[in-house]
Amino acid sequence: MDKLIVSPSPHYYGDYTVKKLMYGVVYALLPAFLVSVYFFGIGALIVTAISIVSCLAFEYLIQKYLMKTEPSVTNGSALVTGLLLAFNLPTNLPWWIIVIGALVAIGVGKMTFGGLGNNPFNPALVGRVFLFISFPVQMTSWPTPVASRLQYTDAVTGPTPLGIMKEGLSAQETVPQLMEQLPGYMDLFLGYMHGSMGEISALALIAGGIYMVFRKIITWHIPASIILSVLVFTGILWLINPYDNADPLFHLLTGGLMLGAIYMATDYVTSPMTPKGMWIFGIGIGVITVAIRVFGAYPEGVSFAILIMNAFVPLINKYVKPDGFGEEVKNG
Amino acid sequence: MIKTFPRGGIHPPEDKISAGSPIRELPLPKTVNIPAGQHLGAQADPLVKKGDKVKTGQLIAKSSGFVSANIHSSVTGTVAKVDLIMDSSGYRRMTISINSEKDEWLEGIDTSNTLRKNITAKKEEIIEKTREAGIVGLGGATFPTHIKLSVPKGKKAEVLIINGAECEPCLTSDHRLMLERGEELMVGIRLIMTALGVNKAVIGIENNKPDAISHLQSLIGDYPEIEVQPLTVKYPQGAEKQLIKAITGREVPSGKLPIEVGAVVHNAGTAFAVYEAVQKKKPLIERYVTVTGKNLSTPSNFLVRIGTPVAELIEAAGGLPEGTGKVVNGGPMMGKALNSLDVPVTKGTSGILVIPEEKSFRKPALNCIRCAKCVSICPMGLEPYLLRAASEHKKWDMVEAERGMDCMECGSCSYICPSGIPLLDFIRLGKSTVSKIIRSRKQ
Amino acid sequence: MSDIIINSIIIVSAMGLAAALILFLVAKKFHVVEDPRIEQVEEELPAANCGGCGYPGCRAFAEALVKSEDISDLNCPVSSSADMEKIASILGKELGQQDPLVAVVGCAGTPDHRPKTNVYDGARSCTIESSLYTGESGCPYGCLGFGECVEACNFDAIHMNPETNLPEVNDDNCTACNACVVACPRDIIELRKKNKKDRKIYVSCINREKGAVARKNCKVACIGCGKCVKVCPYEAITLENNLAYIDAKKCRLCRKCAPECPTNAILEVNFPAKKKKEATAG
Repeated sequence: MDKLIVSPSPHYYGDYTVKKLMYGVVYALLPAFLVSVYFFGIGALIVTAISIVSCLAFEYLIQKYLMKTEPSVTNGSALVTGLLLAFNLPTNLPWWIIVIGALVAIGVGKMTFGGLGNNPFNPALVGRVFLFISFPVQMTSWPTPVASRLQYTDAVTGPTPLGIMKEGLSAQETVPQLMEQLPGYMDLFLGYMHGSMGEISALALIAGGIYMVFRKIITWHIPASIILSVLVFTGILWLINPYDNADPLFHLLTGGLMLGAIYMATDYVTSPMTPKGMWIFGIGIGVITVAIRVFGAYPEGVSFAILIMNAFVPLINKYVKPDGFGEEVKNG
Repeated sequence: MIKTFPRGGIHPPEDKISAGSPIRELPLPKTVNIPAGQHLGAQADPLVKKGDKVKTGQLIAKSSGFVSANIHSSVTGTVAKVDLIMDSSGYRRMTISINSEKDEWLEGIDTSNTLRKNITAKKEEIIEKTREAGIVGLGGATFPTHIKLSVPKGKKAEVLIINGAECEPCLTSDHRLMLERGEELMVGIRLIMTALGVNKAVIGIENNKPDAISHLQSLIGDYPEIEVQPLTVKYPQGAEKQLIKAITGREVPSGKLPIEVGAVVHNAGTAFAVYEAVQKKKPLIERYVTVTGKNLSTPSNFLVRIGTPVAELIEAAGGLPEGTGKVVNGGPMMGKALNSLDVPVTKGTSGILVIPEEKSFRKPALNCIRCAKCVSICPMGLEPYLLRAASEHKKWDMVEAERGMDCMECGSCSYICPSGIPLLDFIRLGKSTVSKIIRSRKQ
Repeated sequence: MSDIIINSIIIVSAMGLAAALILFLVAKKFHVVEDPRIEQVEEELPAANCGGCGYPGCRAFAEALVKSEDISDLNCPVSSSADMEKIASILGKELGQQDPLVAVVGCAGTPDHRPKTNVYDGARSCTIESSLYTGESGCPYGCLGFGECVEACNFDAIHMNPETNLPEVNDDNCTACNACVVACPRDIIELRKKNKKDRKIYVSCINREKGAVARKNCKVACIGCGKCVKVCPYEAITLENNLAYIDAKKCRLCRKCAPECPTNAILEVNFPAKKKKEATAG
């Protein structure tokens, strides 16, 4: 090099790259994936493979032929979307529904807004909610864990704990009666229950979450604020009437709460920029989730809650500012 | 107790590979190019012309206003030319070139290494001698020191903070200074305290320099009014406002000077220069410079005459390594990349950093993924992603409203960005445009 | 069933009526009386909002035209003179005489003429590079080549030539709106009088350094030798700070200066080729 290179400071750059962050999320999802494979067997493998391959393919094709830009499939963001979409689906879903979900997630959820960084809604959730509304039957039949390990679309199915709770309560049964039909807390914690592929094991999801916080991929604010607000809200309801309302621990361990709080709500693009904003965002998700679960028609509401709060993110970013240095009047 | 500033900050690799090499005096250069404007403020007026004979320490350019500083010859010899010569930004500035013949100091300057502990000078005398010696802030900001020694009317200084944090990676010149000239530093601090009329001083040092901390702590027995405060290793610990926050817990209000909270910050090197000016009558004609880089054969700390070409420093540290991409004047976070090695060492040069080619280029910039890392590490509590977008789209009123002028250009945001977005480049653009707008508004 | 339909119709109509009433009252209350001529004048303006007139947008310019007594200083560079006369007749005011202008790029330092001395690796913006240092060549006045002038142009009149890495103005599209002049951090672009057949003679250099320094950095730099000043019969050329400048208003396009220039810094554009070389001796 005979010519010196000149650029404005700084001249050192950190180790973070988009790719590293995205693959960090993938690594964090691995334990939950392994648990799913353990409980749901080949169904989990098939659904994940189809979802990831079709998300990557749609991203590549859309970037190359519609947007005519350099495809950036290798940066891992489509991989994360594909993985998260799969985590949100039951493992007996026919392949063509998954492909449609991937198309909606990548095509509508992400690329119509200009690709990574510009989408207002979490792409995987857009895909999931689209499928949930379009194919309600297929989307709400969950294979029985362990028993259906070697089956795909022909798996024996059953309702989720939240579904049992909702049905039972509307049939005038009480929570203590219903709890006897449900798996114990340990099973809920480890993931031995009916549910979408990746949402079942709170243990594996929390382990991945700790890994992400430790590697500074996400901050603790959003998961903590969602979990806390769910805890507080359901706690109040439970204290008021423990016969009509399930206890907070049940709410935390069931449904997509852990998956949503740790992996979906923390999506960079669709979450607020400041810690204060993250608290508002998280509390909003927690409250809406519980409201849907307890008062709404659906047994589960995490994905709707996240999408609703996604819509508020630009507003939160506009009005919630970080505390500036030397801004408030101190020292008298 | 180890202190730090609470908000933001990053941990770049420290790379202080020259920390163990004692200060060496660089041989006298054949020619020195001494710019007339090495400080913040008005350029000094040259007093010499081609053919004049000058002695080491002789005044060759006179301070031309309130915010300006004297310039002295750093060698003995003949003035070769007084002309526009390229400085480190590539633009041509008024520069005095002197061909060095020998090293004959002006009479009255004490060039020995004997410690002069006894302080006789009064407040005014200290300020006057500092002004005459052309001392400026040696941390890199190069603000004339005599102005900072006189407390403005109506304000009261309570504490003097000596910046020995040296939070920039790679640089070690302040570290070596504190180790090797600790006693002189203490006297210098006392002089500044006398000038300011304060009775407490705190030296802030990042605790990656335990030898400097323990050395200075062993000295403070004789100086009970001086305290040594270890600080967490975190960039930008040495930024003026962050240092005050870390040590005193007070926040300098936005747009105000540190005196607002009763603090005055001086760099360790500046305190040493004040010692030399007052106790030894020695003007600022040399300074400590770190020459470092991973591929450099002997990373070193030199005592260098002002005006020495950078090329000679690199030569003395083992020569420019194969495959060098970038040479930076200063540290890697806030230093300035040089476009030529002929530029001289000035009063603000704290280090020369040689970066290999493979580490010289930036990452290609991608879309912002709104990861909020820039927001969480900004030590001033700004939103760099927003300021950059506002600057790029020329929304100058938004840059101002989002407190863009509070940015101190530490570069943490550009450092952390996973998308490789040159955030600071655009924020700088916004700042310079907004300051122009503010100036035109005042007229 | 019919109850529901009737009730809905009544409620919706009542709501609509109430809303209409509120809108009507608000519109009445906050009605602003405005000179109708502003609207008329704005209609005639090109609605480019380029700011070439010196006002923030066409609306502000229309207001200025209506309000000021004397509009001889006001000119929309984008509108044709016929349009401006129409505006003047609406207002019953006198137009000023405006020479048509065109943007001219005052730098001819192609990579061949102006070798790179270093590599720039910062944000791709002329303003940022310029505030950092001199740029990739040694010339502190020359074009930096990121095309901020091109971005500023609303009329597709200026483009970067990838071979020379310099901007080129399309004289037909240029409306002399001044946007590129403002955008350039180095003040390389100048608005000059438009001549017949887009002919122009100008010094394509703004380097004010001493001749030897300027020449070292760029082969086509003006070195301030002053030969052109001597040869000009109309006193159109001035030499200041080592830089020659041709006043377009005084220049009669006699083409005497260009051959004199030792560095070819004076450019002749759109002239027919000279039939034969005039006496080269002397």
